[in-house]
Amino acid sequence: MSDTSEHIVIVGAGHGGGSVAAFLRQYGWKGRITLIGDEPVPPYHRPPLSKAWLTGAADAASLALRPANFYTAQAIALRLSTRVAAIDRGARRVMLEDGESLDYDRLVLALGSRPRKLDLPGSGLAGILELRSAADADLLEGAIGPGRVLAIVGAGYIGLEVAASARSLGAGVVVIEREARVLARIASPPLSAFFETHHRRHGVGLELGAMVAGFEGIGGRVGLVRLADGRAIASDAVLVGVGGVANTELAEAAGLDCRNGISVDQASRTSDPAIYAIGDCSDRPLPLYHRQARLESVPNALEQAKQAAADLCERAPPAPEVPWFWSDQYDLKLQIAGLPFDVAETVQRGDPATARFALFHLTDEGVVQAVEAVNSGAEFLGGRSLIGKRRPVDRGRLADSTISMKEIAA
Amino acid sequence: MPKIHYIEHDGTEHEIEVRLGLSVMEGAVNNNVPGIDADCGGACACATCHVFVDPAWLGLLAPPDAQERSMIDFAANSGANSRMSCQIKVSQTLDGLVVRMPKSQF
Repeated sequence: MSDTSEHIVIVGAGHGGGSVAAFLRQYGWKGRITLIGDEPVPPYHRPPLSKAWLTGAADAASLALRPANFYTAQAIALRLSTRVAAIDRGARRVMLEDGESLDYDRLVLALGSRPRKLDLPGSGLAGILELRSAADADLLEGAIGPGRVLAIVGAGYIGLEVAASARSLGAGVVVIEREARVLARIASPPLSAFFETHHRRHGVGLELGAMVAGFEGIGGRVGLVRLADGRAIASDAVLVGVGGVANTELAEAAGLDCRNGISVDQASRTSDPAIYAIGDCSDRPLPLYHRQARLESVPNALEQAKQAAADLCERAPPAPEVPWFWSDQYDLKLQIAGLPFDVAETVQRGDPATARFALFHLTDEGVVQAVEAVNSGAEFLGGRSLIGKRRPVDRGRLADSTISMKEIAA
Repeated sequence: MPKIHYIEHDGTEHEIEVRLGLSVMEGAVNNNVPGIDADCGGACACATCHVFVDPAWLGLLAPPDAQERSMIDFAANSGANSRMSCQIKVSQTLDGLVVRMPKSQF
């Protein structure tokens, strides 16, 4: 397999990059591994940044993906605060921005995504924040407190998770969303309605179907959000959470095939056999759905990290996983499995009024494509299992909470 | 520090010292022990840190709560001694604990 002189360079030290380095050692890679990241800290968990980190329930040590001594113990060379300027595929070399270069035998691109920016009047004012990194989270934490008002542009996962955290810290929150419902890109309409009700009940102001025209302030600092209909929403700070953009520039400049992200196959190989791409930056096959898509989630980054590591170590490929996502808001644990392609019918199990329910989305043949589960771990896992099986289910049994999920999914 | 014995499905054994208060899952992840994926990072939400606890130790563990119970129900090939390792906190009482990993977490 690997000889000790072979060198794998991983560009991007997020969840995907950090995990592929660890899996390579687990799977027996004997060669050198270099992990390059542009942040000053080793890989860490990003999901808690909008939740436990903001509310003070997590610290830097609990956020770390692995303990500080892990990288030395596993012979993984960490290059932090380092950016790659270009890839020379012919020479199998990455050029760093500081002028140094590193030769590779195999390259893994785990470049991640970045927050989409709003190009509106006043977008450059101080106090307009985004959330991707721990440094972003520190700035945001400083802007949230009792008696202060946070305006949030975008009612996606980031926006709603921060809204919940900010309310628990006593801040006033107004969420402004262009679409007519919250979580419009990720959730079905009934789930959106449930979350809308829940946030309003916790005192979050929701402006749905509202366009932001710009930001205004005094002394260079934001003081209000101006809506397209002329209304002003006073705020001490603004969080913009309007989706992510894949970091594909390095790959595009190197001539790798890119569509919505860097195109990869089921082993996370790009159009160059020496180069892999994983996580948010990749456009990947979804074998269960016969499609390609770009997914932004930790489980996706982990699955692709395993695919790439297995291929690099010449191990059997891992079985395809059902994509899944989670979000924690207030006392709600939302878990979503699968993707709602070709959905003809939705079956509800449990009662939204009790905040314990699940929505199963079925094709016209009764095959479960996706499940959205609120505080319902069994429904999430049962649904995930049914999605993988691709066989029709009995709608009546699925809706009947007196029949256990284990029995239905068996 | 308590020592935990992790035994991979192929029989490979790892004896790892795990700091008090960490979970059995964290002890494995921090030392790159294969076979425990822990995709959700310890939120008891994904059923990918499934282990079989050696029966001799089972009585020393606090019983699983409802959330863990439902994870165990759906873990591949789970049995009476199945646990989610993110929910087992390492204490002095568990010095010498033996856990075995399943063939696959899915």
